[in-house]
Amino acid sequence: MRKSVLLVVVIILVFGIYRVGWRSSGRAKTGGPPAAVHSVAPGFSLQDLNGQPLDLANYRGKVVLLDFWATWCTPCRGEIPHFVEFQDKYREQGLQVIGISMDDGPKPVREFYQQFKMNYPVALGNEKVAQAYGGILGLPITFLISRDGRVAAKYVGEVQMPTLEQAIESQLQAK
Amino acid sequence: MKNLFRCCCFIVALGILAAMVVLARHALATPFAADQSASDLAPGSAQLINPEELFNILQSPKGEKPLILNVGPSLLYMQAHIPGSEYIGAGSDSQGIESLRRRVKPLPHNKFIVLYCGCCPWSHCPNVRPAYNELHKAGFTNVKVLYIADNFGTDWVYKGYPTIKGQ
Repeated sequence: MRKSVLLVVVIILVFGIYRVGWRSSGRAKTGGPPAAVHSVAPGFSLQDLNGQPLDLANYRGKVVLLDFWATWCTPCRGEIPHFVEFQDKYREQGLQVIGISMDDGPKPVREFYQQFKMNYPVALGNEKVAQAYGGILGLPITFLISRDGRVAAKYVGEVQMPTLEQAIESQLQAK
Repeated sequence: MKNLFRCCCFIVALGILAAMVVLARHALATPFAADQSASDLAPGSAQLINPEELFNILQSPKGEKPLILNVGPSLLYMQAHIPGSEYIGAGSDSQGIESLRRRVKPLPHNKFIVLYCGCCPWSHCPNVRPAYNELHKAGFTNVKVLYIADNFGTDWVYKGYPTIKGQ
């Protein structure tokens, strides 16, 4: 009997230490400042990497996943293969992923675009767009924009993909 | 009694083992773990300064004020930065490091310098460690790195510490 009790104590102790370690191991968090959720997503007109116009207004009626990222940002690099996958998976249902790179110049972005086989438009960001979206003061920051052009969700830091996918599906189903 | 002693030893051994697993996980999760001076920038280490500490130093009428150098991306700096800080260039970039070398060249090695970036969560920041290593290599002895756990917005701007925009 005493051995059983001790065994339970040991299991609780080990599990407790493991959980504390997990929490403090530096995983990126979502959250951050209050998001301007439900507000109209600020419009922008940029040029994509091929010099084509990239205007948010042209995507009204689609669900837009707007990703502020950079090539040097490790969590961003982890997210992008998932965004490429989402673009393929949900294209027909009306998802449009748009990337806005906060890199200082286009060269590394072009290389990255090829390397990661990105299948959605990417433009270089600027101070004006960043300020319009409440300040991009850390990366990654991702916005989910509804078909009627409103900010449905804002994710600061590396987003948990199952959470995001669920939100995308929910927006795609809303008519 | 003997059994109880054995059980206690077993518990202690398991506890030590679990702690070792946690420490190993943490070491593996930290980039540049192989670089000794960079791994010193682990949260809580002496080379770091917290936002609150830096703010207090800047506010205080007494004491030496640090030279604050931003070694992050320029687009983030232009949106918001610490008043009085200077933009150097990204520490992950050779041009940024060269610019850092030039900036500190005329300074005495005991100059109080604070480096910061805030582009991404601490363990993922590609800029502060190379910049810190460069100053360490150059012989600077009074260098601190601003510990920004998540990003500059969350840990400085939205906590109400002062910022300005522009170049």
